[in-house]
Amino acid sequence: MTTTKKCEDVSKQLIAYLDRRANSADRNEVEAHLATCGACHERAEEFRQMFGVLDALPTVEPSLGFDARLHARIAEEPRSRWFGWMIPHPRLAFALALLLALSVWTGDLPRATSNGEAATAATEQQDFEAIKDLGVLENYDVLSKFDALSEVPAEPSPADQQAKPVNDQNPDQPPATQE
Amino acid sequence: MEHSGALQLYGNASVSYTIDAMVRTDVELMLQVKAGDDESFNLLLQKYRTPLVNFLFRMVKEKATAEDLAQEVFLRVYRARKQYSPSAKFTTWMFRIATNLALNSVRDNRHRQTDVSIDVPLEEDEKPVQLPTREMRIDEHMIERDRSEFIRRTIQALPEKQRVAVLLHKYEEMDYAEIAKILDCSESALKSLLFRAYETLRVQLAPLVGQRSGEGRQ
Ligand SMILES: [Zn+2]
Repeated sequence: MTTTKKCEDVSKQLIAYLDRRANSADRNEVEAHLATCGACHERAEEFRQMFGVLDALPTVEPSLGFDARLHARIAEEPRSRWFGWMIPHPRLAFALALLLALSVWTGDLPRATSNGEAATAATEQQDFEAIKDLGVLENYDVLSKFDALSEVPAEPSPADQQAKPVNDQNPDQPPATQE
Repeated sequence: MEHSGALQLYGNASVSYTIDAMVRTDVELMLQVKAGDDESFNLLLQKYRTPLVNFLFRMVKEKATAEDLAQEVFLRVYRARKQYSPSAKFTTWMFRIATNLALNSVRDNRHRQTDVSIDVPLEEDEKPVQLPTREMRIDEHMIERDRSEFIRRTIQALPEKQRVAVLLHKYEEMDYAEIAKILDCSESALKSLLFRAYETLRVQLAPLVGQRSGEGRQ
């Protein structure tokens, strides 16, 4: 049997032919050649047997703690990423954070003013510095677009009534308009 | 019976997971992960942990190393979820990460062992590091475990790019286009890569042919 150019071409297509990934034109070409060439036919058979041997390689299972270990590693990721699991919607998370921040702020104000004259400019300044650090309050655009707050100027809630004296004493600098 | 497909069942408790994962495509699941749904991430984990661990185990030598690398793959997928865009198949992306990690691990390990200069590029035509077959007896009574080990080592002795190609082609049953993307080569380059790899395997695995059941006609 002689190896021809045809044999070389066919042998390069044998893998695709055997795994059935060759297109039909190639298939016909290979089959026609295999029918007439003993050497290529034998080689195809050897490839087939080799694939059979490879099939015998068993599959290993991941160890039992695999998922738990991965979840632990993901939980260690910075910025407590699993928080997002509980609150899938970023807007909801933002709204909750904002409400929390506001309630902390307004909750603290009566305590400051109930000390009577203790509400000096210095403490106001301290309160204001604290507010400035609350990132969510810095962006007035976000606040003004936030539905729950849009009615605040017209109809002050009880909480806002308590907050009002502070605002009156410092009318030029409401926290929300801070650049 | 052995499953050779990429998808496996993990017992009754997980069947509903698996079915859910099959109904939604990987891309859909990953887009859900991107939107913040970590349950979809768990579905991808259920679906791909076994294929990934097996792929990596066949790339590196130790199962523990393979599991560490598989963890790293999933972690990277998770970390990258916000940037995910379905421009490629999910498996292409994931196995590309896995391949890079595996090759780095193999190279690190080899450099540690043999002090090979880091400047020498590792071509796919490089000589195999070791011939696995020497110390192993091949006879009719070769026990099943040795047989598996023999096959595994023979695959591991292939040049690294050929090895990746064979693993993705034979065991992950990927098509040429996808494997070529993972290996960053053309489809015709991949075909000749596979041809050379299988030529080697055909010769080296020949002693195992016809040993056991009726696969081979002898
Ligand atoms: Zn021929």
